[in-house]
Amino acid sequence: MDVPVIELTGVRKSFGPVDVLKGVNLAAYAGKVTALVGDNGAGKSTLIKGLAGVQPYDEGVVTFEGKPVTLHTPREAAALGIEVVYQDLALCENLDIVQNMFLGREEISNGTLNEGTMEREAAETLRSLSVRTVSSVRQKVSSLSGGQRQTVAIARSVLKKAKVVILDEPTAALGVAQTEQVLALVRRLAESGVAVILISHNLVDVFEVADYVSVLYLGQMVAASVPIAETNNEDVIGYITGTKSYNGGQK
Amino acid sequence: MSALSSTPIGTGQEGSVKDQVKAYIANVRNGNMGSLPAIGGFLVLSILFSFLNPYFLTKLNFANLFTQAATLMMLAMALVFVILIAEIDLSAGVTSGVAMAVFVLLVNTMHVNWILGLLAALATGLAIGSFIGYFVARVGVPSFVVTLGLFLGFQGLQLVLLGDGGLYRIETPQILSIMNDNLPIWGGWLMIVVAVIVSLVTSLLDRRRRTIAGVANRHVTLMWIRIAAIAIGGGVVVFILNLDRSVSILPISGVPIVVPIALVLLWAGTFLLDRTRFGRHLYAVGGNPEAARRAGIKVASVRIVAFILCSTLSVVSGVFDASRIGSVDSGAGKAIVLSGVAAAVVGGVSLFGGRGRLVHAAIGAFVIAVIDNGLGLLGLPAGVNFLVTGGVLILAATVDAVSRKRGGTQLSRL
Repeated sequence: MDVPVIELTGVRKSFGPVDVLKGVNLAAYAGKVTALVGDNGAGKSTLIKGLAGVQPYDEGVVTFEGKPVTLHTPREAAALGIEVVYQDLALCENLDIVQNMFLGREEISNGTLNEGTMEREAAETLRSLSVRTVSSVRQKVSSLSGGQRQTVAIARSVLKKAKVVILDEPTAALGVAQTEQVLALVRRLAESGVAVILISHNLVDVFEVADYVSVLYLGQMVAASVPIAETNNEDVIGYITGTKSYNGGQK
Repeated sequence: MSALSSTPIGTGQEGSVKDQVKAYIANVRNGNMGSLPAIGGFLVLSILFSFLNPYFLTKLNFANLFTQAATLMMLAMALVFVILIAEIDLSAGVTSGVAMAVFVLLVNTMHVNWILGLLAALATGLAIGSFIGYFVARVGVPSFVVTLGLFLGFQGLQLVLLGDGGLYRIETPQILSIMNDNLPIWGGWLMIVVAVIVSLVTSLLDRRRRTIAGVANRHVTLMWIRIAAIAIGGGVVVFILNLDRSVSILPISGVPIVVPIALVLLWAGTFLLDRTRFGRHLYAVGGNPEAARRAGIKVASVRIVAFILCSTLSVVSGVFDASRIGSVDSGAGKAIVLSGVAAAVVGGVSLFGGRGRLVHAAIGAFVIAVIDNGLGLLGLPAGVNFLVTGGVLILAATVDAVSRKRGGTQLSRL
């Protein structure tokens, strides 16, 4: 196996007396989709917030491209190229696609917004992800469907050459056709060389797009980076509910 | 769907003039009507009043409309900055009153130079805006409550500063001439020439920048139509204002001095909102503060600056008001603030935040001013005026809500 883009080793986090993460390992590889699954309360959100720098871990080693790094602030995470697409997307509906993609990092020349450059880069990013569902980068987000909004949020995350993109339940609110579009987008995102971490409750989605699956159970990684080909739906459900444990691929 | 998937991702600026017009109409049908209802209302009211009263369409009344609208327009423009972030400033009117009280005390009783007095008044507005912004953005008190408190408190402060029933005449000729004097004939024409040049130069710079970036430009015909509209529309207005409108022997003609001042502030404010990072962030905070925060925008700072801009621009409206009336009293600015909010909403600025432009507030102010002016000419009692203005406000808010519903964007407000 290659060197992971990002690797967590022995990560711990507790809130007062409650240990949410009890020594977790996680790895994500360039060009691969790593699914992170687990039941409610397993610690997925806490793990992700640590990666985003929003809620730093108490203990543990974070290695980025082989070098140890710290993730204490969102700025540090962003500087490394770690982007999170949250479930509630965080888009401004009154703004258009370009304005949303560049929000907080607008292109400026001579003190004013350089709309032309931003339009071109937005269109190029969408094209690189083979997005065909939007007709103009100047469409207002309020006029977009759920799938299109997810697309904009994902495109925003890769606009500035992200290396790790974390997607939190990207298909949770979508219909069948839109789910397919977004999953295809997740696939292309990985093919463009990004390490994708996909959080999902939907195992059908996981088996469709993921290369590896990691399962959290009550703050512990009960199955870490299992190649998707070496497991099945039944086993993963077993890991999630704590009725089975992974033994490194040996039956 | 298939049509979409075969075409590359555009920027909305491609295509012929016809395509652009079609796209605009589709946008309006989707509920983004902007100030179209207000412009329609303005025309309907103007036609109605011109039939009901022979004085409505006179040159004198035409010029009056500009000076009547100017104070309200400034206040409505000031309020746009806070309404855009879904906040409100009920104290904007009395803030201008307090600042003008400071002005007359300094200039009239302490004989300070009027420019210093004006700067002190603007600084008073700036300080009040910072105060409101601090309480709203850092402490977290709802703006409605903070500014309602100040609305009451500042009425008291005005009484303390100017005394019970205190009234000070404005003795600065420069301040008085804003509303009461006119530009020379050539000044009006120069104003139009400057407007056309500024519009042409910014359009050409924009087009060059887009060409360098390698993205499509709107068809050049549209730019010329826009500039022709400014030249012809502005030209007609200046032509009428340049005619002698006097009803006595002394001739009165020319564009009121307040017009270029208001236009420059409108242009500068629009530049700030449309072309700078701050403007973009203001709209983002109004649309979704959480998204703005996650994008790394300092939401609290943006809010504070919005309140500072609002209070400082309110002082300008206070200067206009004092110039028009010729005096400052202890009740200045008390009655106008809700009309200012009404003007902004009538013009198409959404109270829900994130939608609206400064020019909408200006158009809305003209609608309110035309109601004031027309009903005044008809000699109807003041009560009717309030009733009609209130009715128009509710109508405007209804048009806004209904048009959004049709556009399917109502979700955004839940």
